[in-house]
Amino acid sequence: MSLLLTAAQTVGPFVSIGFEKQAVTDIALPGVAGERVTIIGHVLDGDGQPVTDAVIETWQANSYGKYAHPDDAQEKLLEEHFKGFGRVLTDAQGGFRLATIKPGRVAGPDGKAQAPHITVVIFMRGLLKHLMTRIYFPDDAANATDPVLNLVPAARRTTLIAAQTAHGVLRWNVHLQGPNETVFFDY
Amino acid sequence: MSNVNPYRKSRINTQPDYLYPAYRSTVKRAPTLPLVQMPQTLSEITGPLFTARDVAENDSDLTAQHAGEPLGERMFVSGRVLDEGGRPVPNALIEMWQANASGRYRHIVDNHDAPLDPNFTGFGRVVTDAQGHYCFKTIKPGAYPWRNHHNAWRPAHLHFSLCGHGFAQRLVTQMYFPGDPLLEFDPMYLSVPGDAARQRLVSSFDWDNTQPEYAIAYRFDIVLRGRDATPMENKP
Ligand SMILES: [Fe+3]
Repeated sequence: MSLLLTAAQTVGPFVSIGFEKQAVTDIALPGVAGERVTIIGHVLDGDGQPVTDAVIETWQANSYGKYAHPDDAQEKLLEEHFKGFGRVLTDAQGGFRLATIKPGRVAGPDGKAQAPHITVVIFMRGLLKHLMTRIYFPDDAANATDPVLNLVPAARRTTLIAAQTAHGVLRWNVHLQGPNETVFFDY
Repeated sequence: MSNVNPYRKSRINTQPDYLYPAYRSTVKRAPTLPLVQMPQTLSEITGPLFTARDVAENDSDLTAQHAGEPLGERMFVSGRVLDEGGRPVPNALIEMWQANASGRYRHIVDNHDAPLDPNFTGFGRVVTDAQGHYCFKTIKPGAYPWRNHHNAWRPAHLHFSLCGHGFAQRLVTQMYFPGDPLLEFDPMYLSVPGDAARQRLVSSFDWDNTQPEYAIAYRFDIVLRGRDATPMENKP
């Protein structure tokens, strides 16, 4: 049996009605292990204008590199109070802020560990289907051997790696178009 | 140990492209560079999981959120969430939002000159049961203008967001109504390639679930990405 996949459609301009109830801006409650980071950024369109009606959803492992999900068979510590899901809506300036912990390394396609990263999907008016990307962490030696980062042309990898702006604060902007167009994936 | 059982890639002619100039907002928002193809890893096949405990029982009743009942045609919208293999997707979180019967959203950027309804917010959510079933009680939304082009009207629709079992299954879509004369003029609907994929977005009138003297009903089944094989037992 094979059913036809339902087509994606845009969230439209009134997305906050549907998404704000389940917004999660603080991913790690007090007591969750790991290095605390706040990720800030802006979403910008092809004219460099802020996108004020975007939603960024994130999914990540805990600091031990374990996902709160039964398909993760890695023998690593699971934390009862860490789900790993984030959802933020951009504000009137196109900005967003997400508080979390740096995830640990998780297994990659060839058995080698991936560099710490956060899986991201982005929705907004004008996107007929969502965008898929990743956030990596600056100055992490594991980035050099990450199997996914290495699929990306070297000159574009920086769009996926957040920049440290202050202690515990990382900046990661989304450029939908332009010279710094963010790398978006298909999988 | 790192073997993952990936979700199928979307087949061509099931999904719109990012750039669809007839829908004007895509022009400055669609990526211009090719997507980077990557294999699914643990990070993509996993995702947030939900259960019925994450929502309240009456979250699925959009007619009972205020002191009075909203204006409009009362209706049930129900269906099943399945994967491409026809297997039910239990515990899928569905978030649904819509305009009121006059075609107006309760939202700061909606300045359509149509009345708000004090008894209607236009948001509901539900988690699918063990067979993938869901049901909303709501009112039929009105069509509304959207300034994409001269005399642009959105056909009546409900917005659906679905969280299945992995981020790779994530889907946001819209449900339309059968026989709506606005569909053939709507760039969003027309952005979907092929009649079969478009028809999947159009609900069907659901006589069996109408309630005499009370409400009409529509059926809308939703298909998420499936997996080709059942997961292999290969624990280390
Ligand atoms: Fe709408």
